[in-house]
Amino acid sequence: MTDLYIARGPRLAARVLASETVILKADDSGLYVLNEVGTLLWGAADGTTPLATIVERLICPRFDVDEASALEDATEFVRALGDHNILNVSDRPITAADRAPAPDEAVS
Amino acid sequence: MSSLLDHVMGRATDLALPISVHFDLTYRCNERCVHCYLDHEDHGELTTSEVKDVLDQLAAAGTLFLIFSGGELLLRTDFFELLEYARALAFDVKLKTNAILIKEADAVRIRDLGVRQVQVSIYSHRAEVHDAITKVAGSFDRSIAAIRFLKAQGLRVLIANVLMRQNAGDYPGVQALAAGLGAEFTLDPTITPKMDGDTSLLAMRIPTTHLLQVFTDKSLIGDSVTPPPGAPDLEAMDDAPCSAGHAACYVSPYGDIFPCVQFPLPSGNLRRERFEDIWRHSKQLEEVRAIRLRDLPTCSVCSLQSNCTRCPGLAYMEGNMRGPSSADCEKSLVFDQARSIRETN
Repeated sequence: MTDLYIARGPRLAARVLASETVILKADDSGLYVLNEVGTLLWGAADGTTPLATIVERLICPRFDVDEASALEDATEFVRALGDHNILNVSDRPITAADRAPAPDEAVS
Repeated sequence: MSSLLDHVMGRATDLALPISVHFDLTYRCNERCVHCYLDHEDHGELTTSEVKDVLDQLAAAGTLFLIFSGGELLLRTDFFELLEYARALAFDVKLKTNAILIKEADAVRIRDLGVRQVQVSIYSHRAEVHDAITKVAGSFDRSIAAIRFLKAQGLRVLIANVLMRQNAGDYPGVQALAAGLGAEFTLDPTITPKMDGDTSLLAMRIPTTHLLQVFTDKSLIGDSVTPPPGAPDLEAMDDAPCSAGHAACYVSPYGDIFPCVQFPLPSGNLRRERFEDIWRHSKQLEEVRAIRLRDLPTCSVCSLQSNCTRCPGLAYMEGNMRGPSSADCEKSLVFDQARSIRETN
């Protein structure tokens, strides 16, 4: 499978509340709430770490899931967020200019 | 979106996070609106670095929804620097402004910085009425020009129409003006006392006959049916009266923390304490947070409770944060009259 890279989309607001990430789009006021897995992916969406590495390092150790299934699910998930312009998804590393501000660490 | 928003607000309340903060960057203003509750002198605003430090603290505390307001916030020469800083911290930013300083290039910057909404106060569709309220000749034309600049950038603009005796009959005109500009429209009949407690402004509140007209106007309320108020809801008795102090608070240009912009209970100052310490340990906020509907001696047994939008801040300004707010009592009574009229029509 080709490596995928993910970066947070532009013109978004976001905050991590406990294990959830709340995201708001400036363009259409769309509101999204990511669960714990989504929050891990969002936090790691630096544009340069391959999705497979994120899954291997962050998802698999925390959840009882095999790597291939986890990557398949994660790929589907990030592509869905890509469709909503929440994430930029690319088969190449994504430059800093394309990235939104990083949200703060979890606050509780 | 509303159920998701309810989820987010509920989560913030459960976690006691200040998810929504109204931050007035200045009380200085270039208009002198007849109904304004503020003192426009500068008594020592937070500096640029102090505001940035406050924003850092708010982001760390979990604030997502941030309203920048004033006074007129564009009078701060560091406004765009602060806005850029706030957006770099990933706040969802809304601006409240009279907009008369916003030119085309400013609208572009506001758009590029990812502001989600700009709220502009427009008092009438008639320039002379608007300008008489702001006491600034030409302010209507400048505000409308700015709204066009903002809309041209694809920004979401909300025209806020505060109703008072001076413009009571003009809201349909403002509503049509907003539609023509592609802006949203909101109407607010709330006139509050000055922050020093002076209640002279209350004489500007629209009479109940006008309020009844507003509450029965189908262009505002549509065909929605409001159920008649039922018996007090026993399950709701353990609910908080509103989000002030629970998931929301207000920061003044001087670093004072209040439960809400409309609830001037001094709860701490950011020049003396960290935000987190005030939010978690202020005696005043603890008192506000402890209040449940069952603790309101008059309102908890009121037959109009279920359709009432009681504001604890207005009640506080009348002398008792656990008491009724007479303005909301009046609104609830008129709202119930309007509901009966709509039912029979």
